Amino acid sequence: MSQMNMIQALNSAMDIALGRDPTVVVLGEDVGYFGGVFRVTDGLQGKYGEHRVLDTPIAEGGIVAVSIGMAVNGLKPVAEIQFVDYIYPGYDQIVSELARLRYRSAGAFSAPVVIRAPCGGGIRGGQTHSQSPEALFAHVCGIQVVIPSNPYDAKGLLLAAIESPDPVIFLEPKRIYNGPFYGDPTQAAQPWSRHPLGEVPDGHYEVPIGVARRVREGNEVSIISYGTMVHVAEAAAEALQLDADIIDVRSIVPLDVEAITESVQRTGRCVIVHEATRFAGFGAELAALIQERCFWYLKAPIERVGGFDTPYPHAFEWEYFPGPQRIQHALKRVMEPE
Amino acid sequence: MVTRSRLHVPHAPARPGQPPDFSYVRLSEAGAVGRPDSTAALSDCAPLADELIRVLDDQHHAVGPWNPAVEAHELQLGLRTMLLTRLFDERMVTVQRQGRISFYIKSTGEEAVAVAAGMALKNDDFLFPSYRQQGLQLVRGAKLVDLMCQLLSNTRDMCKGRQLPVLYHNAAGHIFSISGNLATQFPQAVGYAMAAAIRGEDRIAASWIGEGSSAEADFHQALVFAGVYRAPVLLKVVNNQWAISTFQGTAGGEQRSFAARGPGYGIPGLRVDGNDFLAVYAATQWAAERARRGYGATLMELVTYRVAGHSTSDDPSRYRSKDEPDAWPLGDPIERLKQHLIALGAWSEAQHATLTRELEAEVAAAWSEALSFGALNEGPQLDPQLMFEDVFKEPPPMLVEQRAQWLRERGGS
Repeated sequence: MSQMNMIQALNSAMDIALGRDPTVVVLGEDVGYFGGVFRVTDGLQGKYGEHRVLDTPIAEGGIVAVSIGMAVNGLKPVAEIQFVDYIYPGYDQIVSELARLRYRSAGAFSAPVVIRAPCGGGIRGGQTHSQSPEALFAHVCGIQVVIPSNPYDAKGLLLAAIESPDPVIFLEPKRIYNGPFYGDPTQAAQPWSRHPLGEVPDGHYEVPIGVARRVREGNEVSIISYGTMVHVAEAAAEALQLDADIIDVRSIVPLDVEAITESVQRTGRCVIVHEATRFAGFGAELAALIQERCFWYLKAPIERVGGFDTPYPHAFEWEYFPGPQRIQHALKRVMEPE
Repeated sequence: MVTRSRLHVPHAPARPGQPPDFSYVRLSEAGAVGRPDSTAALSDCAPLADELIRVLDDQHHAVGPWNPAVEAHELQLGLRTMLLTRLFDERMVTVQRQGRISFYIKSTGEEAVAVAAGMALKNDDFLFPSYRQQGLQLVRGAKLVDLMCQLLSNTRDMCKGRQLPVLYHNAAGHIFSISGNLATQFPQAVGYAMAAAIRGEDRIAASWIGEGSSAEADFHQALVFAGVYRAPVLLKVVNNQWAISTFQGTAGGEQRSFAARGPGYGIPGLRVDGNDFLAVYAATQWAAERARRGYGATLMELVTYRVAGHSTSDDPSRYRSKDEPDAWPLGDPIERLKQHLIALGAWSEAQHATLTRELEAEVAAAWSEALSFGALNEGPQLDPQLMFEDVFKEPPPMLVEQRAQWLRERGGS
């Protein structure tokens, strides 16, 4: 066991994967010599060579496309898109090719590619370095979408993603790369070393994709979230001294709908929290699934807390961010007596 | 003196009602273009991007340094495969008109760009075609009946009813699944080739796109990656002059050849007579040898003509001169190879007529067999449950749930 932040945990996952499987390759902009702008691939090229850890041209469409071709020829590419905000030139290759190859060829071909990309805001990144476009990928059949919220899960999920026979979009909430974030930017940053999930095994382990994690067991209200917002929501519930049942879904495709259903049927109240824009966000799918399965158990309308339906504004980042106050208001509304 | 900017809109040389005009197609004499060594420096390959590599002359002789000196029996096999491709195409358009299949795409006039290239490559080189290189399937041993079952979406459909007709795949023949989205296969082929180099394999990759789709970003990205990593890949632009109704000038072919884009990325560009079986064969061999020796990618423009409509949903008489196919200066690839073999004394009109009848019978027999496995709306049918398979290797719980609900609600099952 070691204390690791998310960057070190992800680095450790790739280190292990490169070491145990000669078909694993890492590619992306600045990932090689420099080790990535967030340092996630630091040291890997030096250790495994420039044929296995490749610096690429700045061409996200090309990065995704050559990863598909590499996977068809037996490699397991782990591609980095420097910020998920830059992924759109590769969207056609993801949607029309990567996601559908197995289906369209009736299983004759598949491309088990992992695409890692930092997502989310709270780092003064403005609208081009803060996006949370997970719903754009969740809506595409044939790709898994994973969003870890802590170092332990990040490493185990990335190893599971690399070993998955199907493609994975692996979104890394960059605000919590170095430590958990509870929603108040004026408070001193906390390191992962003070959090139990900053304790990470040094060796190989997997966290299965498609299984949610119960962050906190409670009986008054269910909070369904993922990524950075898991921590913010936890802090908001604590501030209100609510006995919340908090679920970190960890992967939105496939989704552990059973864990969510069990929780909401038990508490009868539900708040969904994500950082992405709210309209047609993944919370809409969650709310629909929950009302289908839990309608007769609900004591209050399901609440969704998300980013506003605007681009991420640089100067008004903390007004935009769905922080503890907005979550607390939503929690208070669902807790109102029938 | 011009004092204003202006927008230049390329115009097709001839539209319906006008005489065809192919004066824009720059030709070289057969045998006139020099052949540098396949390991030549980029600068020594420069003329190849603008001239036109041709081997067969007007007297049907193979001439010049690009003559690949292919044995007569190999040429006969090439002729047979091109002819089979054409007869297969003809028959499939007929059955489409009869309503037996929903859609078809012919390769008439372009058979050499697939067949000659496919034959010049090794059998385990990996191919990423577009939708108009069915000749590759035949080169790589696909059975007509299997292709037809795909066209029919019947019980033996390799795609299990999921793909439009002609979007075949052929894992055993090392041919990738064909996409309906244009140009996506070009950078994928580069990735495949990069992996081959990383793994130390002797195999190379080859891909085909149309000149129209060379305008896509995928083309640019393919060339950037192929150039940067010197990937062992052959990138082929099939310039058949027409992208549905849009002529090649609108794709950027007016000022420079498509081959000339290669050198800008550090890749040799070869402009090749795509209707000359021997020229396509020789240029492919040259590029394959270059790739296998570690000198990287080659961009090849195959100058040809799309004799048929874009697809069975297209009527080319609405946008181009009806006499164009006859006026096309590079002739017909099958006729030219046939005449060459006759000039060699290795073929005759009588043999050709016999072969045509044999292949027609082969196509007819395959069609009967294919129909016995059903058609889109008649005969034995695929199990619709197949639509739920292969989204992922194992279906996720919610897809299992959807399948169960569908089974309950359709009743009887």
